[in-house]
Amino acid sequence: MNKYYTKIDSLAGNVATLKAKGVGYDELAVVEGKWGKSLAQVIRVNGDSATIQIFAGTRGVSTGDKVSFLGSSMKFSFSEDLFGRVFSGSGEARDGRGELTENMVEVGGPAVNPAIRLMPNRMIPTNIPMIDVFNTLVEGQKLPIFSIPGEPYNELLARIALQAEADVIILGGMGLKYDEYLFFKNKLEQGGAMDHTIMFIHTASDPVVECLQTPDIALTVAEQFALQGKKVLCLLTDMTNFANALKEISITMEQIPSNRGYPGDLYSQLASRYEKAVVFEDGGSITLIAVTTMPGDDVTHPVPDNTGYITEGQFYLKGGVIDPFGSLSRLKQQVNGKTRDDHRAIMDGCIQLYSKCRETREKRAMGFEMSEWDNKLLSYGDDFEKSIMSFSNNIGLFDALDQCWKLLADHFEPRETGIRSNLCEKYWVKKQA
Amino acid sequence: MSLTGRIVTVYGNMVTAEVDGSVCQNAVAYCLRSDGVKLMSEIIRIRGNLIDMQVFELTRGLMVGDVVEVTDDLLSVELGPGLIGMVYDGLQNPLVEMAAKVGNFLEPGHYLKALDRKKEWDFTPTAKVGDVLTAAENLGFVKENIFDHNIMVPFTLRGEWTVKTIAPAGKYTVEHEIATLEKDGETVSVNMIQKWPVRMPLGIYKERLLPTTPMVTKQRIIDTFFPVMLGGTYCIPGPFGAGKTVLQSNTSRYADVDLVIIAACGERAGEVVETLREFPHLSDPRTGRTLIERTIIICNTSSMPVAARESSVYTAVTLGEYYRQVGLNVLLLADSTSRWAQALREMSGRLEEIPGEEAFPAYLESSIARFYERGGIVELKNGKKASLTIGGTVSPAGGNFEEPVTQGTIKVVGAFLGLSYARSYARRFPAIDPLESWSKYKGIIDTEKVDWAHDFLKRGKTVNEMMQVVGEEGTSIEDFIVYLKSEFLDNVYLQQNSFDEVDAACPVERQKYLFELVTSVLAHEFAFTSKADARDTFFTLTDQVRNWNYTPWGSEKLAEIEKSIKETLAAKGAAK
Repeated sequence: MNKYYTKIDSLAGNVATLKAKGVGYDELAVVEGKWGKSLAQVIRVNGDSATIQIFAGTRGVSTGDKVSFLGSSMKFSFSEDLFGRVFSGSGEARDGRGELTENMVEVGGPAVNPAIRLMPNRMIPTNIPMIDVFNTLVEGQKLPIFSIPGEPYNELLARIALQAEADVIILGGMGLKYDEYLFFKNKLEQGGAMDHTIMFIHTASDPVVECLQTPDIALTVAEQFALQGKKVLCLLTDMTNFANALKEISITMEQIPSNRGYPGDLYSQLASRYEKAVVFEDGGSITLIAVTTMPGDDVTHPVPDNTGYITEGQFYLKGGVIDPFGSLSRLKQQVNGKTRDDHRAIMDGCIQLYSKCRETREKRAMGFEMSEWDNKLLSYGDDFEKSIMSFSNNIGLFDALDQCWKLLADHFEPRETGIRSNLCEKYWVKKQA
Repeated sequence: MSLTGRIVTVYGNMVTAEVDGSVCQNAVAYCLRSDGVKLMSEIIRIRGNLIDMQVFELTRGLMVGDVVEVTDDLLSVELGPGLIGMVYDGLQNPLVEMAAKVGNFLEPGHYLKALDRKKEWDFTPTAKVGDVLTAAENLGFVKENIFDHNIMVPFTLRGEWTVKTIAPAGKYTVEHEIATLEKDGETVSVNMIQKWPVRMPLGIYKERLLPTTPMVTKQRIIDTFFPVMLGGTYCIPGPFGAGKTVLQSNTSRYADVDLVIIAACGERAGEVVETLREFPHLSDPRTGRTLIERTIIICNTSSMPVAARESSVYTAVTLGEYYRQVGLNVLLLADSTSRWAQALREMSGRLEEIPGEEAFPAYLESSIARFYERGGIVELKNGKKASLTIGGTVSPAGGNFEEPVTQGTIKVVGAFLGLSYARSYARRFPAIDPLESWSKYKGIIDTEKVDWAHDFLKRGKTVNEMMQVVGEEGTSIEDFIVYLKSEFLDNVYLQQNSFDEVDAACPVERQKYLFELVTSVLAHEFAFTSKADARDTFFTLTDQVRNWNYTPWGSEKLAEIEKSIKETLAAKGAAK
């Protein structure tokens, strides 16, 4: 049935233009040549010509290669058979177990109507005090991990994945190093999570266009599970690679770049992926945690900057710990009022004091005399880093709160903490006589 | 009447079509997908017989050769009773009704009427047969929640019209004829629905006035230090995480206005959901009704089509102007105008226009200025004053206020509430920078007194900077006290705990009282034995006043705390 076209007019970057009729915008095509077959997607139709981006790139594509259009946009098979499977960024089997062709669903469909969304209101415990106490993770939240390359962000991601009690774990890897992919696979297998995990892996050596498809397929599958009432945890790493792929395509398409070469619609592109995070009325949800590496630890770089405006906070990974100042969970207020009555006060109090401690350290570094108050702050800060901030802590929320009270009592008088007096009366750890 | 054309190019959400005949700039056109789905779009450029349209939906599946229907109508909104409490998308489709009809997802090609056609309203006529009226004068009113919603002579009618018939008091739907008007032998039938193109300012009034009444937000730092007036404009720029959203949400809850329109433009869906789910349960202290009964939400969140995002702020401001026409004080909160500007940029890029700074189009500044100019306080034809206040957030890339959207906005607004990352970093909320921000308006407290208090903040900052260099030991006790006083003012007055039931909203009376109390501390001549003594005393004072802030107004405990504050002061020096 499909018509073939055998004359490509131009090839540049990953983009080809050819004369074709009756082609729909966003439609899928197949390019077949000497070096194999690749999917392609229509990104512009103009008069009698169509512009397609070839997933596998244009290397080795000849102007005489056969192009056929499939008459629909990208689709992916969805069923329980997906569990334990590994796919490439464009949805091809990576584990040699054959393609799935049943129950095809449209990839990258329209947005969820905001009116049917529910307010996220269930805490996801991680047993990491810097998250549970200070920036609580909430089911249905979208949250990036901002990190400089080299920080243990994938370890953090894997730890959250194993701790979070999700029905389905979906991992979308973009531009991953092969050993990073193996790291995730091993971790999830060891943790016994592979039977409810699905992986979409684009490695650094795979074609760039597939990097763009990875989050879309991953999130489409996530959405289908969520519609069935499943709690889905979707992990994406690394979104900066995704943004760089966008940049590459848009420059090839001769779009006017807005900031450091990134296209003007970077915000919308990122948002349409992140906004898939949702809580549905029947209990299904998508919680989205994505790694965004920051080139040069620069949070004003367009990718982390745009991401920060989209997501509901961020975990800022710095020096191997979650930094309490740059990090923020915007949804924590939805849950931390219901955990224990001292949760919010501890959260604010401890951080304010730690912030003062940092100022004092700067003063000390400049050689100023330390007052008694300064010394209190310094010793508090050291203890805080050791017993709360360090990643090696693996304790539940209430234990962590108790530990914070103990820490405060070790170093301060109640009124010095800025915590309101009725809470201090209730929780203050009396010094042993 | 309507023309048809054929698509020649599809590129993202921009579609070009070939049409023969006369077409109108900004007219609505529909692209017909081969499966019969109609996608709404707006003409934004005409070149010869080619028209460029921004499509308000995903363009997936459109082909060259598909039919385009061009209408004569400009992109318009429906105005009339029943808008309050609704949740609309950027094109005024009611989202709750949409979900009931189409399901969980916003499938392209579905458009619903904005106003409920079945609901009946209790109409009371005020005009009589034979009255001569002009556009926007009242024919009668219906009760919408607690408001008298005036039913007016259509805004589009020119000249003087004579009332030929008018419906008697009774229940009518919005489509029911309630009057007929006549001029020079021409007769028009009037019902409760008016249509108005969103890109045209709607303002039919006697005169526009200078804003003179403060709009109370119950946020101390705004009402006292950087006030906003009814009919004024303000902007809140700030990097992400600085608390823009919480500040906007508090304003939408506590601001002393009749109606709040929230335009969630290209922001998170979650924030709209919060408003949507909470407002029906929160009561408005002014009226005792729920907050949703004084709110309209226009929401075109970040994952919804970008062209509709561009139009959503105009939809919102037109609804605001309409309710000003009805006679209310309206507050429009646009969050965020940067997303709207980005939508402009995306379209401009697709049109291949020559870009300005950061690829924004050259007309960015004038578009921003025109938007804010649609606010204002006016005297209506019936002598009543009504206002539209506009507050827009700006999300500058990298938190850098030098970027085009922030700069274009600062020039045209009356108050600038700049959020600072440093303050939010230190958990000082609301993180409005007290030294960078400004307001051209006069607030609830004497300007002289405010300036006097504000001076402490400036001096305190200088002392603090000096201390960074010379250390605490190199600072004189006098300077140190100034620093402590400025910190005190910051801690107990500027900062406000939006999660505390009492502290979240500070009414005018309480603000004035607290201001006097804080002033008495600032003016106090302290006598300290050492800096440690000074620091300790201020810890105590801060703690006491903060507890005062958390204590309900008029309670006995409040007086007790005040007494202990006086005692702390009396123990250390004397009042000046």
